[in-house]
Amino acid sequence: MARIIVVTSGKGGVGKTTTSAAIAMGLAKRGHKTAVIDFDVGLRNLDLIMGCERRVVYDFVNVINGEATLNQALIRDKNCNQLYILPASQTRDKDALSQEGVGRILDELKKDFKYIVCDSPAGIERGAFLAMYYADDAFIVTNPEVSSVRDSDRMLGILSSKSRRAEHNEEPIKEYLLLTRYSPERVKLGEMLSVDDVQEILSLHLLGVIPESKSVLNASNSGTPVILDEKSDAGQAYADVIARYLGEDRPHRFIDEKKGLFGKLFGSK
Amino acid sequence: MPTDSQHSNYHPPALEFKSTTFSAPVLVLANNDVIIIEHQLQEKIQLAPEFFKNSPVVIDLQELNKQKLDIDINELVNMLHSLDFLPIGIRGATTQQLNKALDLSIPAHTGQNQALLIDNTKPQPAKPIPTAEDSASPERTTLIIQPIRSGQRIYAHGDLIVLAQVSAGAEILAEGNIHVYGSLRGRALAGVQGNIEARIFCSDLQAELISIAGTYKISEDLTEMVRNRPVQICLQNNTLTIKDL
Repeated sequence: MARIIVVTSGKGGVGKTTTSAAIAMGLAKRGHKTAVIDFDVGLRNLDLIMGCERRVVYDFVNVINGEATLNQALIRDKNCNQLYILPASQTRDKDALSQEGVGRILDELKKDFKYIVCDSPAGIERGAFLAMYYADDAFIVTNPEVSSVRDSDRMLGILSSKSRRAEHNEEPIKEYLLLTRYSPERVKLGEMLSVDDVQEILSLHLLGVIPESKSVLNASNSGTPVILDEKSDAGQAYADVIARYLGEDRPHRFIDEKKGLFGKLFGSK
Repeated sequence: MPTDSQHSNYHPPALEFKSTTFSAPVLVLANNDVIIIEHQLQEKIQLAPEFFKNSPVVIDLQELNKQKLDIDINELVNMLHSLDFLPIGIRGATTQQLNKALDLSIPAHTGQNQALLIDNTKPQPAKPIPTAEDSASPERTTLIIQPIRSGQRIYAHGDLIVLAQVSAGAEILAEGNIHVYGSLRGRALAGVQGNIEARIFCSDLQAELISIAGTYKISEDLTEMVRNRPVQICLQNNTLTIKDL
């Protein structure tokens, strides 16, 4: 059964697109046929991060409007043949997305793909709403600072009240926390919220902590998802995220230099 | 025992009449187009579907009749039933409208307290007649087990019990008491319909605002003595009092 994953946050600039690209690549590398959709119509970025911007012919809006078929618009990734990208339109805005149209395309993708990753735009307006509406799982991307945590909390409220699952009284969306741009040194200095601080407010299942890393910027600039940089700490952290999402038990590696804390955090959900 | 049955006077009374007052929502109509009314009612229902389900309602035609606008009572009542309202009375109606309402087993409220009883001589189709208890809309307790997130708003008609946290930026309102067993970081307003007996109980007070029957305190007013502690909040002499639990 296909699963629809939304990568969302409320706040902008926290690493949603980086995360979408990394987890889509991670799932595909594990042999699962995966599609990643850019819902940020008007500000497309995902194709840049995935390094396929020069191969975009048709986009998401074209498919919704029936101007192209899904197969024409899907771009196969050059690094992994199990991964396909559905880019956003640069020339349209988010009103071009219709709820019914998005539902139709996701249904069509579900027949073919194991995982469908929806890269949500920032904010809580139409684009973000449609990205999360049909989701089965939600990856909440949060930076360790108060405004990001507050926005994530808001987004969690929307997931639990406005999604299709909520409207149909089905089992709620599974919510996972991804703490990105985490710097243990700055947490120690009190400049950044710790994992515990964030969890006190959000109390979610922690899927992974992605350390602040130069490798993320390098990966974005070169158009290869950071998870492919297996030597980098961020790449390894995303690989752990995928492993945990698929049900494997992995200790958290990037929360603190001291190893004593891992066990403690593991115990606390 | 046989003697008792011969003298029925000795039986303890099986019933008695008592006078009491209930509050019930009144639907004041300003338009006689049932379709428009239905449309606007549906919008209201969408805001709080559970609140309006099987809600008793008194139809008020005073405004309409002032404007000399007649309305089809049959159509109106059918529409209300279809939206799961239970009309329990009509007021401000003309004699003709009253008779039509009586045909539908809807008692008339001619004055403030006076209610005409249903004319039982007319054959009636079996219809559920709301009992006094229904119309009192008995206080229900609302139980929430999921965290209440920033931006969410919960309204309870009776007591409200929250087993999880209430996030900053969330708002919980209850006509009765509020109990929060997680951290209370948002706004909590008890006794919102003016019940000054209502109280707020919480196991970890970090609220942005607490209020009982309109008397409120904001986060800044909370001293370190009560912050992050299990407390109860009640009104004493019109002052919000916070006590340790």
